[in-house]
Amino acid sequence: MSEVVKARPRFGVMRLIDAVFGGYRLPLAGFVSILHRASGMLMFLLLPFILYLLDKSLASEATFAELQVCTSGVFAKLVILALIWAYLHHFCAGIRHLFMDLHYGLDKDAARQSAVGVLVVSLVLTAVLGLKLFGVF
Amino acid sequence: MANNNIGPKRLVVGASYGLRDWLAQRVTAIVMAIYTIILLGLFLTGKNFNHAGWAGIFAMQWFKMATFSVVICLLYHAWVGMRDVWMDYVTHNVFVRLVFQVATIVWLIACAGYAAQILWRV
Repeated sequence: MSEVVKARPRFGVMRLIDAVFGGYRLPLAGFVSILHRASGMLMFLLLPFILYLLDKSLASEATFAELQVCTSGVFAKLVILALIWAYLHHFCAGIRHLFMDLHYGLDKDAARQSAVGVLVVSLVLTAVLGLKLFGVF
Repeated sequence: MANNNIGPKRLVVGASYGLRDWLAQRVTAIVMAIYTIILLGLFLTGKNFNHAGWAGIFAMQWFKMATFSVVICLLYHAWVGMRDVWMDYVTHNVFVRLVFQVATIVWLIACAGYAAQILWRV
């Protein structure tokens, strides 16, 4: 009887919580996939903030200068870099999904390799943009 | 052709909005990806960032229109994505899910309006 109760399927948010904390080890492709979703949701939630930054940068010389001052600190730049990483991860993982939609790289090994590729390419691109952001080149 | 029939006559097809949304999400993704590559190129090759140069890019009519198209693509793309998220995780109460979905639509349309205001003020 108790086994029946234990095996009861869980739904909705509980299923997500099980996946995160339930000792179920995500394969790398699953990790890339959940990051794709998380980064998408993050950008959806921060959309007004991103538009606000665009607004400030375009409105006038004064607001542009104001924004330049606000974003000159290391912490502000790291926050922007985190957003850049979210965007680039979503971008790279999205391109991987597009290829998978065309039935390329669907088997286990290829999917794992492309997942590694997504993580490497998005992190390298983020690093390059980070160098630009901190004025290295 | 695959046999999708139940019985001799009826074809098992839905309203097809699932396929339409699936395809739209991919097509809008490609449009945004092209725009992203253009922006990446502009940022990485840019020097001495100032307001005149930045506003100059957005002052061009074709760039306003391209950017606004991308915003509309984002609207549809994010709608399909967020709808999928709500369908996956908000499963116990259809009313709660509906509230989330309506809030998503309002959020996205408001953002698109804000983007239009920003673009055509330059």
